[in-house]
Amino acid sequence: MKQKGWKELTPGAVVTEPGSSKQFKTGSWRAFKPRWIEENCIHCLFCWVYCPDMAITVKDGKRGEFNFDYCKGCGICALECPGKKGNKAIVMEEEGN
Amino acid sequence: MPKIVAVTGNEAVAEALRQVNPDVCAAYPITPQTDIMQRFSSFAANGKVKTEMILVESEHSAMSACVGASAAGGRVITATSSQGLALMWEILWIASGDRLPIVMPLVNRALSAPINIHGDHSDGMGARDCGWIQLWSENAQEAYDNTIQAFRIAEHLDIRLPAMVCMDGFIISHSITRMEYLEDEKVKSFVGEFKTLNPLLDIEKPVSYGPLILTDYYMEYRKAHEHVMSKVPGVVKQVADEFEKMTGRKYGLFETYRLDDAEVGIVVLNSAAGTTKDVIDEYRAKGIKAGLLKPRLFRPFPYAEVGDALKHLKAVCVLDRADAFGGSFGPLFMDIASSLYIQDKKPLMFNRIYGLGGRDYMPDQAEHVLNELVETAKTGKVQSVKEYIGVRE
Repeated sequence: MKQKGWKELTPGAVVTEPGSSKQFKTGSWRAFKPRWIEENCIHCLFCWVYCPDMAITVKDGKRGEFNFDYCKGCGICALECPGKKGNKAIVMEEEGN
Repeated sequence: MPKIVAVTGNEAVAEALRQVNPDVCAAYPITPQTDIMQRFSSFAANGKVKTEMILVESEHSAMSACVGASAAGGRVITATSSQGLALMWEILWIASGDRLPIVMPLVNRALSAPINIHGDHSDGMGARDCGWIQLWSENAQEAYDNTIQAFRIAEHLDIRLPAMVCMDGFIISHSITRMEYLEDEKVKSFVGEFKTLNPLLDIEKPVSYGPLILTDYYMEYRKAHEHVMSKVPGVVKQVADEFEKMTGRKYGLFETYRLDDAEVGIVVLNSAAGTTKDVIDEYRAKGIKAGLLKPRLFRPFPYAEVGDALKHLKAVCVLDRADAFGGSFGPLFMDIASSLYIQDKKPLMFNRIYGLGGRDYMPDQAEHVLNELVETAKTGKVQSVKEYIGVRE
């Protein structure tokens, strides 16, 4: 994306386009990556509730894959995940492994 | 017809604020400003204005509430002095960076420590680089007129910057002088309806204020701010012309007094200019060609115009009612020196620090400075670049 020059900016850095943070992809910040283990998932959607960004996709009340464009790898989802019979449905793994 | 009154500087500014009738005011009391907001809150309590008064627990909160109210889309005021302005400091930059046209009378007072409540420019000088417009006022009439004009300048759609209107604590804020009030209707129509720009309360057009701007855009926003500052002098002159048509009172970027044919000159801000003009008259009567320049628009500083007005002099003394510790010279001197630096021909210059903490500036101090100017012009030598005057050894 071509960056704007100083003459093209809105006064006072006011953001006039609602929802524009969607364009700001933060996935590259990640050092740890969550892995979803579907067989341990009870679809409680705690991960969706606790995710500080919009990295958990949900369809028809069921949890789907991570959206890694936005996941910063904070690990909150893995911490909150109750899993099934003591087995977590989300685990954190070092990025690049 | 304008109303002739005998009032204090604070009373005059409070009257201007009543006539403007802003939407929101958030303020905290501090001497010598308290009197403005005490009077203004009486206007609000008695239904003379429709202003929403927000009583806050500190000046930091006062300026924060002003930022919110202004971003929401209101015409917003506050007022402060000294430590109050110091406590607002971080929010001053937010108000200007967000380009919010808040108007704030600043009743100039010394900074602690040692604690002192009297007139001194340390407070305003400490905030000179924060991106606000600063208009300085010699007397109650100028403080009243500048307050009214400040709304037009700050709110101009090409500008949208906050503005401070400065006057000397006690010397002007608490002394009664004769002046003229305009009719309410004239002030109302001069200031006009407040025009919003990206108001937060417009739910049809949602906006966000205060985003994180890092290395990729911060410098572009600073350049844009610097650029908008460069447009302020033009708007100040345009508003002053309209004001002159209405009142007959002439304002510019600065005032010159007997300066055109002068050989020596004094540059001084605010109330001390009055005393200096009287002494200049006495020296003129003795055949000494002395003049004065009193900045009005101090931020942004009109470097080119000021330099142009002073370049023909043989010697100039800049009187500072504040020191800039470690900067070698007083803050006004540094700006005047910069103004003359860009001129091919320039006068000899020296800096005298006077009147700190409300110490009286007496005619004998102006005489002392004028004698030194005459001597400097004659010998072509500056005795010493910076000294305190009116101080005990």
